[in-house]
Amino acid sequence: MRAGFAFLLLTLALAVTPAAAVQPDEVLPDPAQEARARELSKELRCMVCQNQSIDDSDAPLARDLRLLVRERIQDGDSDREVMDYLVARYGEFVLLRPTWHGANAILWLAPFAVLVFGGIGLFVAYRRRAAQAGSADAPAVAPLSPEEEARLRVALGGTASPEGPADVTKL
Amino acid sequence: MNPEIGHYALVLSLAVAILMTVIPIWGARAGDAALMKVGTTLALVLAGFVGLSFATLVVAYVQSDFSVLNVVENSHSAKPLLYRITGTWGNHEGSMLLWVLVLAIFAALVALFGNNLPARLKANVLGVQGSVATAFLLFILLTSNPFTRVIPPPAEGQDLNPILQDIGLAIHPPLLYLGYVGFSITFAFAVAALIEGRIDATWARWVRPWALTAWAFLTLGIAMGSYWAYYELGWGGWWFWDPVENASLMPWFAGTALIHSAVVMEKRDALKVWTVLLAILAFSLSLLGTFLVRSGVLTSVHAFATDPSRGVFILAILVFFIGGSLALYALRAPMLRQGGLFAPVSREGALVLNNLLLTAAAAAVLVGTLYPLALEALDGSKITVGPPYFNLTVGALMLPVAFAMPFGPLLAWKRGDLIGASQRLMAAFGAGIVIAALAAYAQGGGPVLAPFGMGLAAFVVIGAVAEVIERAGFGRVPRATAFARLRGLPRAVFGGALAHAGVGVCLFGIIAETSWNAERIAGVKVGGSFEVGGYELTLDRLEPRNGPNYRDLVGVFSVRRGGVEHGTIESAKRLFTARNMPTTESGIRTMGFSQLYVSLGDELPGGGVGVRAYWKPFVTLIWIGSIIMALGGALSLSDRRLRVGAPKPAKKPKVKPDPASPVPAE
Repeated sequence: MRAGFAFLLLTLALAVTPAAAVQPDEVLPDPAQEARARELSKELRCMVCQNQSIDDSDAPLARDLRLLVRERIQDGDSDREVMDYLVARYGEFVLLRPTWHGANAILWLAPFAVLVFGGIGLFVAYRRRAAQAGSADAPAVAPLSPEEEARLRVALGGTASPEGPADVTKL
Repeated sequence: MNPEIGHYALVLSLAVAILMTVIPIWGARAGDAALMKVGTTLALVLAGFVGLSFATLVVAYVQSDFSVLNVVENSHSAKPLLYRITGTWGNHEGSMLLWVLVLAIFAALVALFGNNLPARLKANVLGVQGSVATAFLLFILLTSNPFTRVIPPPAEGQDLNPILQDIGLAIHPPLLYLGYVGFSITFAFAVAALIEGRIDATWARWVRPWALTAWAFLTLGIAMGSYWAYYELGWGGWWFWDPVENASLMPWFAGTALIHSAVVMEKRDALKVWTVLLAILAFSLSLLGTFLVRSGVLTSVHAFATDPSRGVFILAILVFFIGGSLALYALRAPMLRQGGLFAPVSREGALVLNNLLLTAAAAAVLVGTLYPLALEALDGSKITVGPPYFNLTVGALMLPVAFAMPFGPLLAWKRGDLIGASQRLMAAFGAGIVIAALAAYAQGGGPVLAPFGMGLAAFVVIGAVAEVIERAGFGRVPRATAFARLRGLPRAVFGGALAHAGVGVCLFGIIAETSWNAERIAGVKVGGSFEVGGYELTLDRLEPRNGPNYRDLVGVFSVRRGGVEHGTIESAKRLFTARNMPTTESGIRTMGFSQLYVSLGDELPGGGVGVRAYWKPFVTLIWIGSIIMALGGALSLSDRRLRVGAPKPAKKPKVKPDPASPVPAE
């Protein structure tokens, strides 16, 4: 029952959710088409704005683009066709999600390259150090230097000389 | 106060900063204790002069001294006192002065509380801090002087950008600067250690409090900036992947990695080289952010002043400090001896994984921010890297971080027991599944992201609680013993757990808001109503109101749900008369952790007004979670072992950590 109610709310909300900066007169009569227009608007840059999608922007150009997107959708274009049309007209600058082709692969892969190469680097470093230390299970402990041994004896209450009365081994 | 006093104080600050760069470092090289000590005095004097300069500018703003160009351009006599004060840093020149002030304050804090530091290290740290101050003071004096006079003075100022006339300007920039300028101290520690070519676990102990302080402030600063944007910009978004947000997020990722790797370094003497690099990176990314914002290379909503000559200057600073420190790093890092070994599955291993993912996230933000610039410089083509890119890459990197987070603290140092840790997390995992199921039930279909994300968030929160319970030994030892142990746990344990829980809370808010928010746009006449998120909003009246330097058109909405009154929401469209610029003053009503958000649009031709309304479930958890994170940082900071200048603990446990022990003894 509650799920039904929540579901109802959700569908209602989805059905009547036009975009933020969309004026009431822009909203398409068909909710499915409007929802599509809205999703597309979120992926399109308002080219005269600073870092805003046309969905968010109040600028007149953003409104023109929103209307254009809705016009194309009403004319029966698929999402893909609408985007292609806009890219042909305004260039890739209009896309908020960079395409995959060409040099942009660098952009998409860079963070994961950091992850992978960082991981490989760490693994190699780990193996090398583990090999150096004999095995990872027994971390090498550097033997004490003579001075350190002397200090240890003093700290344990003996004298600095190895022949002193307080033998470390007896403790 | 005479603005010339401020200008003069600034020039004196530069002189002091130069001395502070040269004398202590020279003293450290020559082994001259007297010269090294001078650094302490100079740092205090520097803070005094920069403080005086800043105070003078504030006074000029408060008194609306329109003979000062900066005041003319950014203030208005009708502005309320609070905004006249905050307007001091609501512009390029003033914000740079605030930047230097925070830098000088941090140097003074090191000078005051760094008595337990070895003289040489302290001298080098102050020297490095002095060099950063020198560069930025030069920048201010040569390209961005806030004390330039205009003759004759105009009768009235041009007012502050209305968007900035908000309490947010009083809170957000100072917090943010305390954060990312705070990383200058960890940077200075890193460079000082490299200059000396010596670094050990105690270094990490000295650096941790500073790193934690900076990180906690940065966390708060970013969160407050986000909330400010959320209620002020009027379209209900709380994160825009704006270049400036990215600029603060990069040091946050690096800083988060730093506070974790510093723990490994302090406890286990490992990851030294990496920790030093992170300390350098965190501040370098802060500097890069300053460059990106101040140069106008990237246009963003924060670019209130953009000027190419400033850009070139900051670029030079950037190259000097980042290039210099990295060169020093390349030269000296191989000399730093590596410490304790550890197995891949161990507390250290978990922290390395955290570092790797956070660094990759920082890289994603960095590449996404700079790639369009690079591409345009290379072949002239213009592309946009927008929110879809960042959501996808950073999101993909943060999910494993969230999932791994509860495991880390449950693993032992050196060699952990993953299966054991998983068993101890069963309760948390179960809670996650229950929450996910509840979320799926409430959602009744739709995207799986929401239930999954909420389950993950619950797992993180309960996992953090589980860690504390586990450490106290509840269920394994008698309850009284467990309570005694709980009281005995170091505060850093609670701090860490709290911060982790904060991440979970924040994540829950983010997922809930993005998946379940409802929006409604409508043209409403007085008396008309509409529905959003199950609430019915009625526009009771539309009324004009006058403020000190603006006019409001206020819409008063009454809220009902199922016939029950839920109070009213007032939302306004505000017109600032001096600049004739409108802003939205969104009306927000908080219900539990959720919010109803109403933003007023234009008046419509046929009467009535355009209204955008949002139902934002659990949205406040985003900021509450961030505050919890910062509180966790503060709690860790209050741990006596980390307190700056705290004496050494009376008894230091010399017991060798037992690798087989299921509960790491911190």
